[in-house]
This record gives sequence, C-alpha cells and structure tokens, in this order.
Amino acid sequence: MKVLYFAWLRERIGTGSEEVETNASTVAELVAELTSREDRYAAAFADMSAVRVAVDQTMTDIDASLTGAAEVAFFPPMTGG
Amino acid sequence: MSVSVQIEDFDISQEIGTLTAVRTDIGAVVTFTGLVRDMGGGQPVSAMELEHWPGMTEQALEEIETQARQRWSLKATRIVHRYGALTPGDQIVLVIAASPHRGAAFEAAEFMMDFLKTRAPFWKKETTPQGARWVDARDADDTAQARWDQP
Repeated sequence: MKVLYFAWLRERIGTGSEEVETNASTVAELVAELTSREDRYAAAFADMSAVRVAVDQTMTDIDASLTGAAEVAFFPPMTGG
Repeated sequence: MSVSVQIEDFDISQEIGTLTAVRTDIGAVVTFTGLVRDMGGGQPVSAMELEHWPGMTEQALEEIETQARQRWSLKATRIVHRYGALTPGDQIVLVIAASPHRGAAFEAAEFMMDFLKTRAPFWKKETTPQGARWVDARDADDTAQARWDQP
C-alpha cells in the first residue's frame, strides 16, 4: 500500500511517500502498526486529533476501511489561501 | 472554469482579461487576492514555504469551482494558487467569479475562498525569529465554511 505524509507528518517520519507492507484492515490498525514499528511513527501519530486522513484521495476518518484501498494519506488540517 | 497550481506569480488584470475577452454576457467580476503577511501568530514572518499535494490539489479546487457554479449563476470562475517559497507581500491566491449581476459574483468569490481554506490540500510553514513553524488551522476558517451549509 502506498502511504503519503504531508507537512510536519512528512518531517517527523522523514519521507513524503513510501510503500508499506501491511494487513491492516482499517486506518486505525495501520496507524497502530506503524506506531509499534518505529519511534518516528509514534512521534508523528502521537496526537491523532491533529491528523487528517484520506483514503484513495477521499477525506475520511481513522475508522475507515482499507479493504481494496491503494493509497492512504496523512496530513494536518489544511492551511492554504 | 479553470484552476492553476503554480510556483509563478500571477497577473490579476491579465486573468480577468482572459475571462472577459471572449464574451459580453458578464456584467460583474469579483476578485479576491490573498497576500503573504509579515506577521503570523504574533511573530514577525520573514519567509513562507507552501507545500501542497500535487494532483489532489487541482482536483479539490475544481470541486470547489463546480460547487460554486451549481449554487450561483456564474459565467466564469478561476482559481490560481501558488506553492513553494514566498515572502511577505507576495501574492498567494487568486479567486475570480464572473456573473451577469454582482450579487452572485460577490457571494461565489467568498464561498470559493471559504472552501479553499479548509478543503484544498495546502500547508503553510512560516519562518520567524524563533525558527520555522507550521501554521495551525484556524477555527474561524471552519466556521466560515460551515455557514454556507445553513439553508
């Protein structure tokens, strides 16, 4: 699965995009799995209230299913304009 | 109807001209231009870096234009948003709404900006004397967007 990170999540994790081998069935499971793998993920996902999620480029939430999903993105609330 | 996500600056009069040159059914053109301020979070800002999500950003801006055109009778819309390195005084964003009469153009321009603030995947990082920091989203922006949901 392709996983994207933006803004301070990208900085804390150290990459903007990576391929992740996972059997996680929801976004929450993916976050838990990454958090247990390495400290940099734990640092990025420490406060999930500050993190937004998109699955296959559609905004969703932490409980969203990953069944059939190709891409997950994590980012802070948007601050354009 | 068109969007551009670009590093380069934009020329407002040229953008208006492109929308109005080929037609005579437009009676009102409203533009909004956003600039980089020299203060943020109570700190002087010397530079800004704007990150975005290539591909997704264009899609999000097009969706905002589509919603505006479903809501108001518009003859033309245009959104230009810059990314990359910017400094105070630089133009960041341009929104144009054109309609036969002014009411729709005024409202649609504000609608598109309010939605852009909370729906377009851009993230600002400001450089201050205390170092660089990511700008926090403002509750006021969510409130501004939410008021359009009311009947």
